[in-house]
Amino acid sequence: MRITQGTFSFLPDLTDEQIAKQVEYALDQGWAVSIEHTDDPHPRNTYWEMWGMPMFDLKDAAGLMTELKECRKVFPDRYIKVNAFDSTLGFETMRLSFIVDRPAREPEFNLRRTDTSGRNIRYELETVRS
Amino acid sequence: MADTVDLKRMLDESHVSDVLDELDRELVGLKPVKTRIREIASLLVVEKAREALGVTSAPPSLHMCFTGNPGTGKTTVAMRMAEILHRLGHVRKGHLVAVTRDDLVGQYIGHTAPKTKEVLKKAMGGVLFIDEAYYLYRPENERDYGQEAIEILMQVMENQREDLVVIFAGYKSRMDRFFESNPGLSSRVAHHIDFPDYSDGELLQIADRMVDGLGLQLAEGARKALAEYLSIRRKQPNFANARSLRNALDRARLRQARRLIEAGEVDAASLTTIEEADIRASRVFDAAPAAKDKEKAAC
Repeated sequence: MRITQGTFSFLPDLTDEQIAKQVEYALDQGWAVSIEHTDDPHPRNTYWEMWGMPMFDLKDAAGLMTELKECRKVFPDRYIKVNAFDSTLGFETMRLSFIVDRPAREPEFNLRRTDTSGRNIRYELETVRS
Repeated sequence: MADTVDLKRMLDESHVSDVLDELDRELVGLKPVKTRIREIASLLVVEKAREALGVTSAPPSLHMCFTGNPGTGKTTVAMRMAEILHRLGHVRKGHLVAVTRDDLVGQYIGHTAPKTKEVLKKAMGGVLFIDEAYYLYRPENERDYGQEAIEILMQVMENQREDLVVIFAGYKSRMDRFFESNPGLSSRVAHHIDFPDYSDGELLQIADRMVDGLGLQLAEGARKALAEYLSIRRKQPNFANARSLRNALDRARLRQARRLIEAGEVDAASLTTIEEADIRASRVFDAAPAAKDKEKAAC
């Protein structure tokens, strides 16, 4: 199942050139970019693993692209996303986050129903790797 | 597609001539350096023209090495270089990241690579200026992490030529030895530019600009005294060209300030004038008659 999380996720996968341009935009806004990766794209899994430190003081997208290339080499079958963090007062949060790489075979999600007290039903999403 | 390209117009459009003229105007002397920068600028314009005609060629390697005695303007020119390369479209951002050994080499195993990469990432799109680069390589310690930094540098210099330009700087003899022991690095640095010492006349010109920049002026006698000062100071150890000059002027300012305070009442003219006595009071003049005197007359 194609995972749709973050910005641009309903578009076809971005090319490297497009990624670099988005990063360029983020840097122009003064945001700090970082790379994260995971093998579990569950929507509630908000904490992906960091690929190195967030890249503060970056001036050009080439720096991030180098790291991205490196990350892809190490984790060819993981989800990789690029985050842009805005540190200005009032925001202090992610302003942009998009998936830049996904495994060839993406996991499925199972919907599990459980009966709980008083005829209530609990729904759970479960990642299924095939 | 057009068959001919107007190089002159391309040069004008990139506004490079402005930067080059500015360089000529603002930096005194440094003839070989200016010539080389002009050549590099021409090369990049010609390269662009080739591209316009559809002839593809690999981006030229523009890594440089600035050698010269202290105070000959290596850092100043590096700053300009970043701007020039930016105007010519060779680097995308045109910022300068100046580092020394400490910024590249780590303290323990596994610390160096991330540190060096961090710096390289910051410098991408601009110019990385490595001052006193020979400290990266310490032959007396075979476990030194400097070698690791050099290897990472070389890799990026080779593979990501279009992303950043690396400029090494240092004293001539030690840089030569550094390159001798790192032949791989030497062959990746295409431009070795030597910064000559300034002549006395050039130093005086620089002095005029420094004083002007401080909002001061030299009295007629003071200028002559300064010329004498420079010719004596040059023969003493640790002479650092423009830097020695700057220090001399700073000390003259101190003496001027003391003189003014002692005088009590001053007018605008005397507040902004450095007198001959301010310069003559330097210890350099005392040492002059007894030149054999071994004391390190640094002042």
